[in-house]
Amino acid sequence: MSVIENNTEQCGNSLTRELTQNPLKKIWVPSSKNGLPERHISQRKVCMTNCPTLIVTVGLPARGKTYISKKLTRYLNWIDVPTKEFNVGQYRRECVKIYKSFEFFRPDNEEGLKIRKQCALAALNDVRQFLTDEGGQVAVFDATNTTRERRETIIRFAEQNGFKVFFVESVCEDPDVIAENIVQVKLGSPDYTHCNTEEAVADFMKRIKCYENSYQPLDEELDRDLSFIKIIDVGRRYLVNRVQDHIQSRIVYYLMNIHITPRSIYLCRHGESDLNVKGRIGGDSGLSARGKQFADALGQFIQSQNISDLKVWTSQMKRTIQTAEAVGVTYEQWKALNEIDAGVCEELMYEEIQLKFPLEFALRDQDKYRYRYPKGESYEDLVQRLEPVIMELERQENVLVICHQAVMRCLLAYFLDKTAEELPYLKCPLHTVLKLTPVAYGCKVESVCLKVEAVNTHRDRPTNVDVSRQAEEALLTVPDHQ
Amino acid sequence: MPRELTQNRIQKIWIPSKDDKPSMPRIPHGGPHLANPPTVIVMVGLPARGKTYISRKLTRYLNWIGIPTKVFNVGEYRREAVKHFSSYDFFKSDNEDAVKIRQQCALAALRDVKIYLTEEEGQVAVFDATNTTRERRDIILEFGAENGFKIFFIESVCEDPNVIACNILEVKVSCPDYQDCNKTDAVEDFKKRIECYRVNYQPLDPDQYDRNLSFIKVIDVGRRFLVNRIQDHIQSRIVYYLMNIHVQPRSIYLCRHGESQHNLQGRLGGDSGLSTRGRKFAGALADFVEEQNLQDLKVWTSQLRRSIQTAEALNVPYEQWKGLNEIDAGVCEEMTYEEVRERFPEEFALRDQDKYYYRYPSGESYQDLVQRVEPLIMELERQENVLVICHQAVMRCLLAYFLDKSADEMPYLKCPLHTVLKLTPVAYGCKVESIFLNVEAVNTHRDRPEEVKRGPSTLIRRNSVTPLTSPEPNKKPRIEGLDDPTIREVTPAQLTLCSTTHTTLALSTQHWLSEACLRTFLHYLQVVSVLLFQRT
Repeated sequence: MSVIENNTEQCGNSLTRELTQNPLKKIWVPSSKNGLPERHISQRKVCMTNCPTLIVTVGLPARGKTYISKKLTRYLNWIDVPTKEFNVGQYRRECVKIYKSFEFFRPDNEEGLKIRKQCALAALNDVRQFLTDEGGQVAVFDATNTTRERRETIIRFAEQNGFKVFFVESVCEDPDVIAENIVQVKLGSPDYTHCNTEEAVADFMKRIKCYENSYQPLDEELDRDLSFIKIIDVGRRYLVNRVQDHIQSRIVYYLMNIHITPRSIYLCRHGESDLNVKGRIGGDSGLSARGKQFADALGQFIQSQNISDLKVWTSQMKRTIQTAEAVGVTYEQWKALNEIDAGVCEELMYEEIQLKFPLEFALRDQDKYRYRYPKGESYEDLVQRLEPVIMELERQENVLVICHQAVMRCLLAYFLDKTAEELPYLKCPLHTVLKLTPVAYGCKVESVCLKVEAVNTHRDRPTNVDVSRQAEEALLTVPDHQ
Repeated sequence: MPRELTQNRIQKIWIPSKDDKPSMPRIPHGGPHLANPPTVIVMVGLPARGKTYISRKLTRYLNWIGIPTKVFNVGEYRREAVKHFSSYDFFKSDNEDAVKIRQQCALAALRDVKIYLTEEEGQVAVFDATNTTRERRDIILEFGAENGFKIFFIESVCEDPNVIACNILEVKVSCPDYQDCNKTDAVEDFKKRIECYRVNYQPLDPDQYDRNLSFIKVIDVGRRFLVNRIQDHIQSRIVYYLMNIHVQPRSIYLCRHGESQHNLQGRLGGDSGLSTRGRKFAGALADFVEEQNLQDLKVWTSQLRRSIQTAEALNVPYEQWKGLNEIDAGVCEEMTYEEVRERFPEEFALRDQDKYYYRYPSGESYQDLVQRVEPLIMELERQENVLVICHQAVMRCLLAYFLDKSADEMPYLKCPLHTVLKLTPVAYGCKVESIFLNVEAVNTHRDRPEEVKRGPSTLIRRNSVTPLTSPEPNKKPRIEGLDDPTIREVTPAQLTLCSTTHTTLALSTQHWLSEACLRTFLHYLQVVSVLLFQRT
């Protein structure tokens, strides 16, 4: 990657290093002698924690441990903290190919105990690899971990490897909640593929019983030196002990904001805008005629959905507000939902960007997630800006978010667990509503196209992303416009 | 068909206009949705558990993020009613008359809470008192139910004698109650005061009695928290904030980057490098930091060149935060003020009209800045010693948070180049030391212009942040029914505190309100005082 010479700076006396601006992310970093940017690890990111963290779930079966593990993992990855979950049950399924019955889990089943312990250790081994060799920052160890003995083993393991440990315990005695969990996620588990519902439920209840006798919940006194959060009755109450650092604080805040009340989140873009029609990016234009048609169609769609207590959120840009006006309910404007700031490229067409800033155009195709427009933003910046929106979405119930292409991609990536590589290329066409409904461990997506024509604004990644490419190669994937 | 939109000239917010004519911006009823309906935060705990500390800090934070909040400290009402504090005996649970006074003070404070929340557009009221009995809390719950207020309890539980002793020394010894006492006696009396409460203390019980209440129990200054039934967004934010603050001694250093090329030319914004003097300042800053001799200093910069260059001179690791970037001047970036006045005269005038809410076209306002900077404030609360090298507008935002300045004052706070502000938390507030590092620089401060015509009132929106200064606690509590003149006539019975015959006198105070013996008593005191007491 070539260095932009006129951005290099002398820093006065010879002791201070020169700064050079990373051409992709526009971050100023000290350059080494030959003018190339030095590699600085923690300079770009906020330091979340000094050493890797091991999150350990605790709780009887069907208490939502895996639900929490997966959701937390998804959130942490989205805010750019490399996280991975390790579900011991899966290791067990690998080991014991065919599940027979709850008898496997009986406390007096020595063979079963041996296998289960081996699986736990195998999982811990993979945890070590992920955190030490693979650049992982957080590992979620998802198992019952209901005995103090098992937890001691894990703590020793963490100490040996220099990991911090944070326990997340879920305690629940509400029979309705437990029954619902079993129906939602256990019945469909590989363990019960050849069982009917009653058999599966009966077996699972007996499985829970096997753990109950030896269950030693985290204790305020006995475990007072550990860092943990105890979630009681699906979030009615929390006990938080000894939060050690920033990442644990964020985890606690997240866990305290999520809920499992059924609801749906509707995501869509503003109606087609005048700039959309001309193939220009950014700006603050109003709706085109077709865009206004979409706004009306959206209003009708929302009415037909018959949603109770729908909140409507827009950005502070004219086109989303115009769209919301047609829906006819009160809406809240969030500056955080504004479209990505294209800086010097605002209101340009892709063809113009190629003409005026061919290097920038190529860099963007090379790493669209981290690429920051000069004097503008990157997708990476967007995610940081949108985090409070996500947090509030977690707290809310039925919400319609009327936003923009890049913003919608970020939100969608959060809900559908997409990687940074996939995120900037997610398809979010105009005049289409995505209805997201949480189900089991993930999210069901229904795509509703509201049958009003619009331009296509999606630009795929071209084959040639090299700086030296020809203009035609760069513009190959630009969608049609006026 | 959707209504036509018009853009509010100051905040650049799109709102529906009537009949294609731009309408006057309206303030939506009820203000921000963040805390609808109003919330009463009720402190619970024995004396010296940090209730007032928490009350004030929380109030400062909520006001800064735009939620009108006010503290109602019942102790202050009591000091108004009972002009001279005698001794801990006032707080004995069998001191019937005192109990009556204390109850009346609490009710007076609640009355003021109601006025603040229903008539003065308050959103959150913090009811700062011990509230250690179920009986008292039930009264408050009833009050909340009658008026449609949400109730959220914050209980502080602590049995660490060191912490308690430290609290007493920091804030109790210097309180008006003990102004005529020496330290040792004050501490002793206060400890006895605590015992008076302890006898009847009924902590919040999450398992049985209080399981349906919304509260957070802060245990051992934040080592542990018990959180029960969070009802809404504001309670969730409060809990998050409480879980991030700490009481470790530390200092926060705020300064701007060294003088930049643009500063020299009088240009706004941009991303220029340091001038020669700016580089000199960076060196001086490095020396200053060394002299401070801090262990574990974190250094934060923005992602703009000038602040990073400044940090580079320190030769320590630093973290770059995009959130610390200077306010985005949009179309006015890199112009001088003269050029702005020439090319965008209307914008120039609007900014002076309402500098806090004014948003540059395609840029930001101070209001936007506060929202952008909030996660940094949260992280600053978590940290210990930090040096923040930022920019003029950003530094004003941060300063307004630490020094409890309103939205009105914030854009005019003085943050000159080449000057470090050292903030050290002390008692209920922040000590500020301003250190000019002796390197000359241009002045970039523009004062509030003399003639400022106030335009139409600005919009208050959800997530809009309008810092308010925490209102002064009520100076004149109206305590009805407390018209017994004898109380105000009681002269310094604080003499009893320092008396060796303390106990004997104390017993007699049980009858002190009886008019008959009062004057005799006073006379006796005056006589005795001459004979017995020598002030240390």
